[in-house]
Amino acid sequence: MIYWDIFWAFFISNLLGYGGGPSTIPLIQNEVVSNYEWMSLSEFGDVLAIANALPGPIATKMAGFIGFELGGVLGAAVALIATILPSALAVIVLFKFVDLFKDSPRVKLMTKSVQPIIAVLLAVMAYQFFITAFQNSGVLHLLLLTLASYLTLYKFKVHPALVIGCALFYGGVFLS
Amino acid sequence: MRSLFTKLGRQSGYKERAIRLGTYRDLAVGFARTGVTGYGGGPSTIPLIEYEAVEKYKWVSEEEFGEILALANTLPGPIATKMAAYIGYKVKGSIGAVVAILTHILPSLVAMIGLLGFIYSFRHSPIVSGMVQGVTPVIGFMLAEMAYRFFEKGRKGLGVSRMLLFSIISLVFTEMLGLHPGILIGAFLISAFFIAARKEKAAASKKVIMQRKENSL
Repeated sequence: MIYWDIFWAFFISNLLGYGGGPSTIPLIQNEVVSNYEWMSLSEFGDVLAIANALPGPIATKMAGFIGFELGGVLGAAVALIATILPSALAVIVLFKFVDLFKDSPRVKLMTKSVQPIIAVLLAVMAYQFFITAFQNSGVLHLLLLTLASYLTLYKFKVHPALVIGCALFYGGVFLS
Repeated sequence: MRSLFTKLGRQSGYKERAIRLGTYRDLAVGFARTGVTGYGGGPSTIPLIEYEAVEKYKWVSEEEFGEILALANTLPGPIATKMAAYIGYKVKGSIGAVVAILTHILPSLVAMIGLLGFIYSFRHSPIVSGMVQGVTPVIGFMLAEMAYRFFEKGRKGLGVSRMLLFSIISLVFTEMLGLHPGILIGAFLISAFFIAARKEKAAASKKVIMQRKENSL
């Protein structure tokens, strides 16, 4: 039952991702690429690239698109519900009791303790993308594009959509 | 807010309905605007949502916004949709929550399905495969930067040595032993819960001892 699988994949990745949408990316990748093998890592990379180039929350764009690819509109709806509904309900219900655990050291330590895992998962993904780029386009292009990304995104804070647009253009001209 | 509606409602049922629909429209416009102008994922849209919800439409006070954000941060999953859910629910109940979430996520999702569908229809063209190759290092860098931010957050929260130790444990279990990251996250969460509980207890008993000392003095 594909819809059940879609629901479960996105439910699990969002239940375990602390720190907002971006922290769920490696968990979504783990389900979609490694666990269910719905797409290859490079396809997942394309989805992530376009999601990054467009505005708005990333986790819902990923869920909506992957759900749509797998099961049409219903698939997208199932993926979105699994992504949004549990935590949306939780925030509405728990807000009444917010004072009970807002400053609770338990909750704070729990949130903190997950960060190393997310960091490692993201770093491993980054490594995989660099390796793929190295194998497909060689070390020269890899270094050039990575350096350009560092300068534009990190140093000069250029708009990510612009950087991705330029990288697509560069690839279309020099790597085809 | 509600008393205002009933007051107006007594004057004219039509007016009341118009105002109610107007509030839905405000929710839709406010959250659609934050959904299509915030770049870099949900967390980057938070200041935009704050502007709409606190300054512009005054759905919640600044204080309440801060409290919702704190709660949203302690819960798993995407943050922007949690904010939309709570604010929408507060303003207009369940339907308000649905309106706020959908207007926040749908425009960019539709754009994404359209754009990727367009690119995929040229999947076998060498130009498209070149474009994909061109963007791969950029995505690698973006992920590396995100990883770096989480390392920094962890280092500030846990200290360098514990951060490194936990990272190495994560690396060994998820990458070398192939453990599902969920199991590791579960284990970390449970141990953090008990460690914090023990610390609380220790702090409480320390307090008691201190109080006894004060009393004896």
